[in-house]
Amino acid sequence: MQKTILSGNEAIARAAFEAGVQVASAYPGTPSTEILENITQYQRIDASWSPNEKVALEVGIGACFGGARALVTMKHVGVNVAADPLFTLAYTGVRGGLVLVVADDPEMHSSQNEQDSRNYAKFAKVPMFEPADSQEALDFTRLAFDVSEQFDAPVLLRSTTRISHSKSVVTLGTPVAELAETSLKRDPGKFVMLPGNARIRHPLIEQRLEEMAEWACDQPFNRIEEGEGEIGIITAGVAYQYTREVFPDAPILKLGLVHPLPKRLIREFAARFKTIYVIEELDPFIEEQVKAMGIPVIGKEKVPICGELTPWRLRKAFDLNPLELAEIDEPLPPRPPNMCPGCPHRGVFHGLNRLKAFVTGDIGCYTLGFMPPLSAMDSCICMGASIGNATGLAKVLKAEEQQKVVAVIGDSTFLHTGVNGLMDMVYADSTATVIILDNSTTGMTGRQDNPASGYALSGQKTYQVDLEALCRSLGVKHVHTVDPYLLDETRNLIREEMARPEVSVIITRRPCVLIKHDVLEKRPPLCVDADKCTACKACLKLGCPAIEWSPGEGESKGFAKVDRLLCMGCSVCMQTCKFGAFGVCDEK
Amino acid sequence: MKSDVVTNILMVGVGGQGTLLASEILSEVLMQAGYDVKKAEVHGMAQRGGSVVSHVRFGKKVFSSIIPEGEADVLFGFELLETYRYLSLVKPEGTVVVNNLRIAPPSVALGQRTYPAEIADKLQGHVKNVQLVEGQQLAEEAGNPRTVNTVLLGALSNALEPTQEQWVAAIKNLVPERFLEVNLKAFELGRTIHT
Repeated sequence: MQKTILSGNEAIARAAFEAGVQVASAYPGTPSTEILENITQYQRIDASWSPNEKVALEVGIGACFGGARALVTMKHVGVNVAADPLFTLAYTGVRGGLVLVVADDPEMHSSQNEQDSRNYAKFAKVPMFEPADSQEALDFTRLAFDVSEQFDAPVLLRSTTRISHSKSVVTLGTPVAELAETSLKRDPGKFVMLPGNARIRHPLIEQRLEEMAEWACDQPFNRIEEGEGEIGIITAGVAYQYTREVFPDAPILKLGLVHPLPKRLIREFAARFKTIYVIEELDPFIEEQVKAMGIPVIGKEKVPICGELTPWRLRKAFDLNPLELAEIDEPLPPRPPNMCPGCPHRGVFHGLNRLKAFVTGDIGCYTLGFMPPLSAMDSCICMGASIGNATGLAKVLKAEEQQKVVAVIGDSTFLHTGVNGLMDMVYADSTATVIILDNSTTGMTGRQDNPASGYALSGQKTYQVDLEALCRSLGVKHVHTVDPYLLDETRNLIREEMARPEVSVIITRRPCVLIKHDVLEKRPPLCVDADKCTACKACLKLGCPAIEWSPGEGESKGFAKVDRLLCMGCSVCMQTCKFGAFGVCDEK
Repeated sequence: MKSDVVTNILMVGVGGQGTLLASEILSEVLMQAGYDVKKAEVHGMAQRGGSVVSHVRFGKKVFSSIIPEGEADVLFGFELLETYRYLSLVKPEGTVVVNNLRIAPPSVALGQRTYPAEIADKLQGHVKNVQLVEGQQLAEEAGNPRTVNTVLLGALSNALEPTQEQWVAAIKNLVPERFLEVNLKAFELGRTIHT
């Protein structure tokens, strides 16, 4: 069979193809995004972005009730949004197999919390596989569809950043030749979850878990690797790789199915060793259940509960003489992520900073508006939270402080879960101001399309939500659109709308400078005339990566300079300069 | 580099420098040469001009995709400060190949902090082999300043087993058609540097 090198996400996409998946739906979210992007190469799968994870799962459920196999993917916090359909889907079970891939982000490389999604498997009473590399990501995803149909249950597959974004060698499988027959099939006792039917389903769910726990004891995905010594280790997922790195000869029970646990197998394994370690990332999920079986184990008393594991952290946790490392004896300037040169959000946050607005923020590239020198974000909770937060804040403030409250939200995030918030803001007769930062894409996750961008995942043109009309239809009387490259116009508009004691929406519209579609106008890069620069540093308050301060020597106070290779010519800096020092570079 | 031990190459740079494409080509080549290969990196926030790190490990059998601290054989840096930042991951007897380029992080660009001085000398104080490469100059010679990643890959390729043909095949496989010619030229120029 063909060998190739794939990321965990690419392997999951491939598995969906091999398993005969017909519908795939998702909302983008790091580290899960590339699964659906890779699925577009397989023509027989209908793949699409949904406006949020709840809708994505509901689309998947519909396809599965029609008899097709369906894949739904999201990041860990996305499951919070999709939890409502998930918990009842656990009761209905499936017709075609349904697999929900959830990608966790231990260490929060690109997330606002590091919740451990394994808890959802237990909470929702559904099985969960956890691969340890790309080969298992492929094998387990494929297997998960069979298991879903065999046990009449949705199946979760948990990835983490180090599975999704790590590449390893994979042997591909043979795709199923025929796709499932689809049709309408009425089965109200199973698909209509009202109390009378759900009371009948619940005991079946409990029974299903017990049967699976026993069945899983003899499946190859839960395996014992024999070794030496009196310490046995139970581990799963990426933690297995680190365990093997640090304890190369130890006997290991490696779990592929992390819920339900194979209790008999665990008892048999534990009985053979004096001491049992449980090595897992984040929560003591396996540890607590094994302890509840009456088996003493060493787990989180040594292994860190916060952050991701690494071989190094594991070695330190077990005092296994880590190496002496080279130490740097000076503080290094950090290199945090930043808005790109030419980013249409920059001028908006520059204005909010100057207006001393209290900004309830949201999730996206623009969350970087928090970073100095823009420093214009005062809260950030979750997708869509900015608008509700602003409504609540305005309720409890005195009039002069009420005026300071501004919610900022991106186009994709607004459609994700912001629309309901705005509906409520109007309904509550609030005074707050909302800015929709419309850059025509879902930026932070790598520029995916959304219902306001006018394009589908396939790249085809499709219907486009009219944001102005949507806001008006919710009852917003004051809806304005402005080009955020026009610095004064944007700031003046924000100032006026902040002062207005009614809900208003400002849509700042300019495509992302990295947008995939051919809509950007080319603008020449700018240069600074050092003789005109008075060293006032006003332009530096934009925090543009293309502008660097050149410190003066002797008599000179220093001057700003622009990196021509980075500059996108947005001219926002030019508008901050009172001395006319910025201009289009002379052609050489 | 022997095939029965795991070799660790850590690639670091600044978002936008092409670090991830370089590590992509490297791992493809190593797989084609018959090794077990793993590569770890982080997407998302990292694309926005932040610090970018890619771990590449190869050998007969690789477990962790992340290189343990102090065990990198080669620290391969696209920018001086980022190379210095990850110094603790490299073995004292290892090799540092670093592009002689300074990109100011935000606090330095704003004039609030200073960029650390004499990084190359400091690296030499900790690691046995340090090689400073004029990658930018060679990339411009190749015809595009953005091919510095391929120049550096060319320099690294001299120290690794895969053949010229295997490298070229991997580059052809992963670099978009319209940038292919300039990248192949950049790779050749990089190969004139012996690490």
